[in-house]
Amino acid sequence: MKVGDLPGHGFKALALPDPDRSIDGVYIGDLLSWVMGRAQMDNAWITIMSNNNVIAVASLADCSCVLLAEGVELPEDLIELANQKFINVLTSEKSAYEIAVLLSGLLS
Amino acid sequence: MPDALVFHFDVDGENFTSAGQASTAVKRNLRQLGLPSEIIRRVSIAMYEGEINMVIHANGGAADVIVHEDCIEIILADHGPGIKDVSLAMQEGYSTAPDNIRSLGFGAGMGLPNMKRYTDSMKIDTELGVGTTITMKVNLT
Repeated sequence: MKVGDLPGHGFKALALPDPDRSIDGVYIGDLLSWVMGRAQMDNAWITIMSNNNVIAVASLADCSCVLLAEGVELPEDLIELANQKFINVLTSEKSAYEIAVLLSGLLS
Repeated sequence: MPDALVFHFDVDGENFTSAGQASTAVKRNLRQLGLPSEIIRRVSIAMYEGEINMVIHANGGAADVIVHEDCIEIILADHGPGIKDVSLAMQEGYSTAPDNIRSLGFGAGMGLPNMKRYTDSMKIDTELGVGTTITMKVNLT
């Protein structure tokens, strides 16, 4: 599935500069080095962290998108940064677990 | 043989939130050279971890990325406090990062292990009170 399909499933897009990016799997984590060490290219990354290092990690680890759980939002300047760095960021009121379950259904 | 391509960056030790600029620039440059995306990903993650380490522990430093014909070499040099116990620092989960760094999502004790994980060779030269130089290579063939 593509990142651009997510808004149709209850996600709110905060930055969607690359909607055609495909999602091949999911990684969940808030410790950035764990994410860089374990997430695979084209994974959707579910986190509750929302500082600008998250945008850098998503870019360097080549995640297809950042999915902010628990209704976490991104400050205006980071939305701008995400668009600049071509990083898709979406948010959901759901928990990390609920997002993972939803994506598991959508990806299968 | 053509001269190797070198990218040099000064890593600002004062500005934690802008850390990653050098690695992001390297990623862009390597992409322009048309290298495979998995190679670019390994180089840029290894470099980012090193860059973050230099900001957290060493008040910045210098990063050089050299594109050889058969490998990409990353040299990170700082004049920080040095690493007291390298084998301990290489253990996953061991960290001396302060709490304010942890609240940003770093300090998980995975920086050096990730640098090793994503490179084909890694050498640490460190001296207490003098500084640390880390040389990493990612093979292209």
